[in-house]
This record gives sequence, C-alpha cells and structure tokens, in this order.
Amino acid sequence: MTALAPSGTVARGRGSDPRPRRGSRTFTRILPLLPAVLLLAAFMLGPIVYSLYGSLTNRTLTGPNAANPEFIGLDNYTALFSSAEFWNSLWLTVLFILASAVIGQNVLGMALAVLLRSSVKPLRSLVGGLVVLAWVLPEIVAAFALYAFFSTDGTLNVLLGWVGLEGTSWLYYLPMATVIIANIWRGTAFSMMVYNAALAEVPPELTEAATIDGAGAWQRFTQVTLPVIRRSISTNLLLTTLQTLGVFTLIWVMTGGGPGTQSSTLPVLAYQEAFKFAQVGYGTAIATVTLLIGAIFSIVYIRILKPEVD
Amino acid sequence: MKRSLTTLGLIGVASLALGLTGCSTGDSGSDDGTIKVAYQKTSSFTAMDELMQQVKKEYEAEYTDRTVELIPIEAEQDQYFTKLALMNGSPDTAPDVIYEDTFQIRSDAGAGYLQPIDDYLTDWDGWDLYDDGAKQAGLGDDGKTYGISLGTDTRGLYYNKQIFEAAGLPTDWAPESWDDILDAARTIKASDPDVIPFNAYASNALGEATSMQGFEMLLYGTDDQLLDTDTNKWVTGSKGFLDSLAFYQTLADEELGPDPAQALDAGWGSKVSTELLPQGGLAIALDGSWLPSQWISGENEWPEWQDTMGFAAMPTQDGGGDGFTSMSGGWTLALGANAADPDAAFDFIAAALTPENALQYHQEAGQIAVRSDVAENQEYLDYNPSFEFFSSLVPYTHFRPATPDYSQISSNIPVATESVFTGQAAPEDAQAQYDEALVGIVGEENTQAG
Repeated sequence: MTALAPSGTVARGRGSDPRPRRGSRTFTRILPLLPAVLLLAAFMLGPIVYSLYGSLTNRTLTGPNAANPEFIGLDNYTALFSSAEFWNSLWLTVLFILASAVIGQNVLGMALAVLLRSSVKPLRSLVGGLVVLAWVLPEIVAAFALYAFFSTDGTLNVLLGWVGLEGTSWLYYLPMATVIIANIWRGTAFSMMVYNAALAEVPPELTEAATIDGAGAWQRFTQVTLPVIRRSISTNLLLTTLQTLGVFTLIWVMTGGGPGTQSSTLPVLAYQEAFKFAQVGYGTAIATVTLLIGAIFSIVYIRILKPEVD
Repeated sequence: MKRSLTTLGLIGVASLALGLTGCSTGDSGSDDGTIKVAYQKTSSFTAMDELMQQVKKEYEAEYTDRTVELIPIEAEQDQYFTKLALMNGSPDTAPDVIYEDTFQIRSDAGAGYLQPIDDYLTDWDGWDLYDDGAKQAGLGDDGKTYGISLGTDTRGLYYNKQIFEAAGLPTDWAPESWDDILDAARTIKASDPDVIPFNAYASNALGEATSMQGFEMLLYGTDDQLLDTDTNKWVTGSKGFLDSLAFYQTLADEELGPDPAQALDAGWGSKVSTELLPQGGLAIALDGSWLPSQWISGENEWPEWQDTMGFAAMPTQDGGGDGFTSMSGGWTLALGANAADPDAAFDFIAAALTPENALQYHQEAGQIAVRSDVAENQEYLDYNPSFEFFSSLVPYTHFRPATPDYSQISSNIPVATESVFTGQAAPEDAQAQYDEALVGIVGEENTQAG
C-alpha cells in the first residue's frame, strides 16, 4: 500500500498543473469503488467466466468425466444448436417472457396502478394488499399454491364444478398457459408498485394542461403520462423480463417442464441436462445461452426506450 | 501512477485469491470421529432408515469414541442420485458410507466418489456368505469391489384377483405374451371403466423406475437388448426397442393405462403401491418385488394383500425364448472416497451387515436374498409369502448393462416412453431421438444398428 501514498499527495496539488495529473485524480476518485468492483468481479464475473469455461468441457455429474473433465471446445454449443429440443425451449422461453412478463405483468400492473389511483382508499388498500400477497409468498409456496389450484382435483376444477362446468387436467393439457398465468399472478404486484410510484410523480400541471387543451382520458394517458414515466417502464420491463427469464421453481413444481417438453423453458432444460442427464458441461452451455438472451433483452429495452435521454 | 495502479491491482487479486483458497482448503469435515451416512428415504421406503437408526445405536454403543451422523435424503430415486452426486462433488460434504444402487457403482467409481474395499473384505468373515452374482454387482470397471450387496430384486406382474373375478378372468392368471396382457386389460376396461386396467411406468419424472420396471421389462422380452454383450456395442434402431415403445402407444391409444395427466406426477410410483393397488383402483401392475414388504407392516399396512394380490411372471413378447423375463438390480453399501477414517466407516458397514441386521433388512425391504445365511433361514421364507414367487423369477432375470455410462443412457429411455405415452411422438420418432442421444453419449463408433 505504500505506493499509493505519493499519488495521493500529488493529487492534492492538482490546481497548479491539472493536465498531467488527471489520471491520478480520476484514480483517487474511483479508489473507494475498488472493493465493490473486486467483490462484483469475484461473485458476478467469476461465476460467469467459470460457467463459460464449464460449458467448454464435457464435465458430467458422475462417471469418468466427473473426475477428469476434458476441454472440448465448442462441441456443446454445436450439439445444442443442432438439437430440436433447444429451439423448442428457446421458443417457449421467449413465449413465456412475452406473454407473462412483457404483456401480462406490465399491462396488468399498469392497469391496476391506474385504476387504484382513482379509487377510494379502502378498496385501494384491499386490492393492493391482495395483489402484493402473491409477491410476498416465497416462490416455492406460490408454486405449490398454484399447483393445488390447477391440479386435476384442485381448487379451479372444484369451483368450475359448482357452476356446473367440467374441469380438465389444466397442467397436462395447457401447461404453458397455466405457468404463464401463474407467473402473471405472482409478478404483477411488482409492476403495480413500480407504476404506482411512477404515476405519483407525474406533474398534475401537465395533465391539467392537456385537459384544458381538450385531450380525453385515453389521450392524456398515452400522450402525457406514458412519455413522462418512460424511464420507469423501461426499468420495470428490464427487471420483470430478467426475473421471468430466471423462473425455474414455479415451472418445475407445477409441470416439471412437461408433459414431455411442452413447458420446458431454458432454465428447466439446463437443470434437466445438468442434473438429470448428468451432463453438467452441456447444461452449463444452456445456462450461458440463457445469460446471453437476458443481455439481448436488456440491450433492446435500453435502446428502444432510451431511459437516460430526456 | 501506472505503477501504483498495477500494485493495487496485484494486491486486490492476491487478497481475492487468498480469500478463495481460504474457502477451499477448509478441513475435510469428518475427521472429528464422525461418520456420515447417506441413504434414501421416501414415503414408501423406510426400511433403510429403520436399519440405519438401529445400526447407529449399536455402533455408537460399541465404539464410544465415534459418532454417526445419519443423512436421510428424502427424494425419489432420480433426485437421490443427483443429490448424492452433488454431495460427492466436494470433500467437505461427501458421505463416508453411501447407500448406492448397483447400476451407479461403475460410474461413481469412475468419478472417484468411491473407494475399493477389497482389503477390508479379505478380513471380513461375512463376505463368504454372498453369492457370486452379488459379488459381481459390486465391481467397478477396474475389477475392484466397491459395494456390498444389501439384497437383490426381480420384477413381475401384480394383479388384483377380485377385479379379475368380477371381469370374468381367471384368478390364476398366467399370461404368455404381451397380447395376453393387453387382452386382459381390454376385458377389465370393458367390465369396469373406473379401474385402471394396467400400469407400466412411462414418465420422465420416475427416471430409472420407468427404465427398469417399465421399458426394460418389455425390451428384454424381445430379441433385442440395450447393449450387445458379444460386441460390447450399444444397439440403435432395433425392432425390439420399437415394439416396446409401440406397446406403450397401444396402452395410450386404447386407454388401457392410467391417465397420463396422473401418471406423469413424480409421486406416481408411491401412489401405485400405497393407494391404487390396496384400494382396488388398478388391476394389473408391472412392478418390483419389494412392494409387499410395505404392506406387511408400517404405515402402509394392508393385511388383506395376500388374498387380493396375485403374481404372474412377465411373459416375453410372443412367448419365445425362455417364455418369461425379469430384471434385477439391487443396492449396496459403499465406502466414500473421501472418508476421513475408512477403517471406522467400514466398521459401520460391517455392523449394518451382521446376520441379524441383514435378515431384518431383507425382510423389511422385501429383498431377494443374496447371502446364504438369509436365504436358508426359515424365518425369512415365512416372513413374506411373495419371496417364493419373486425368487422363482431369478432364472429368467436380466441385469442392466454394467458400464459407467449406463446411467446417462438410461435417463434417455423415460424421455422416449413419456413422449410416446403422452402421444407427443410416434414410436419411430421417439426411438430416433433416443438413438441420437445415445450416439451423443457413447460416440458413433460404440453403436451398431439392431
């Protein structure tokens, strides 16, 4: 650490001759960030790099390759991209994200936030509380609750029976639809809270001015409110998408990725390959691809909604 | 300035590296005289838990300076293997004594999770009691012994005599081909639509149970097998494989099996043995020899089982060959590679396999005897009347391919059966998918067209 002391001293004398010392000044300023950066490197970048490396080996859970995994280059990826199962999972993942996060949670969360703002207080507390309840439940509890709701002799079919309708095996015949509804049920509270906070920040003058100019409620919403809370939308889309991309417990408990592979999204596929078929290297390759998909979604949101430009 | 940045970077990296190595050089856990014992426990399988509790007591009384930590893993078979493999992944968590399936021995020995016990066996007087098949089952690829058998099993058909009688079928049923089974199932379906006529495990969630109790009971009754033992090559595209899948398709098409929506549940195996059979919801079940053991005593007790259940050997496809087929496996006790005190751990294994404990376990877990002292014991023969039938299947039985990659290959079989049974794939497509996965695991050069 002794090497640091001189540069610190020099930095204090920057006023006289700023230019050559500029690097030093910047450095002193970012110095406090260093522990955080190192921790991030150790616990974020480290696992990512390690998983990248793991995906280039033929490591297995048991057998000779568990003791001595070999480096096999891009073989896992070649196998992955030529497997119909992977493309099926990729499509299911995108469908799951679009339907449950981008459309379901966001639109419903926004609708709830808007409606609750203009409702009376007791109703607002009641509905808000009920919605947040789903969010408060740990994922495994929520998953079991929904399993009990949709299963063949579950709540839904009993309710349908009361009104004289015949239920079906929802988890079996409509696996994707049930897990999408489940994820919407669970995640809407988050979007609702984000939008609730964002709507509170919309300056009333703007909406008033628009009303005076003759804008209807729908126009006020699309032309004034939405552009103002654009940044919140972008952040919320990003967070819900990434969270939905990582959903595993919910699907695993409800359908186990089945029947067959009909609800096997990428995290489920990665788990199956790594821990059921014991192909840890191959499973890691799937996890790495999932990571890239998350990155792509993030870039798209940041580009399209440009949250930082006002 | 540049110098200081580099220095700082170095310091950072060094401290990080120190921190990380600090994590990994922790002491290897059990050198405080504790022996960790990992085994499986489920709602329908508690015999191992009972045995281990008892051995722990006996062992700690004998060796007062040692303690035993029991780690019952509450998981169905597939997840048990996964959890075990993950525990074995680090010396800190690796168990010292492992309840190990024979078909995992070669792969786990290859992975370096187990250590050979030949040296201990020469000094152990119990080893001479075991038959050659049991000794064979504990071998690794290197010819060393890695596990001591706890008993073996066979598989056959259970049928409900009351349902058979009501449907006008003989109560001393003895099917001679797959068609005989299907015909009986059709008759039952026509007579009582509320009863599930026939169950053969098909789901991916049940893993090895689907492979062995289900698919392989069919496949090994055809002219084909998974591995050609003459050439030591894995078989692709065989007719027997296709016919076995077609059998599942027939079950699904004619609705002779359970509703797939139910049968895909991970708890289906327990449901069959603890609910459907005792409550008369299932007419014929293709299952393992251990089922009656849980009906004799315990929480799944079913005193009437002897009057209700009939047994029949599983016929080959068209009655050819020996006429019948069966599959045998079994479990062992094995010594973990990372055991801090292997001598103490082996003492525990020996304590679990005393004549009294072996007898008790054979009875309660419904095992077919592999040691002479149990096999000849009248108490054992009287305990469970089904032992006689299932022991009689031994001449027809087959063993799973004893290779380190069998467990990986086998996990692709339930994928095929589930996709056929749920109607998502034709048998041809499911077989093609299995072949593709097989080639991916063993390589083109280790396969041959069937």
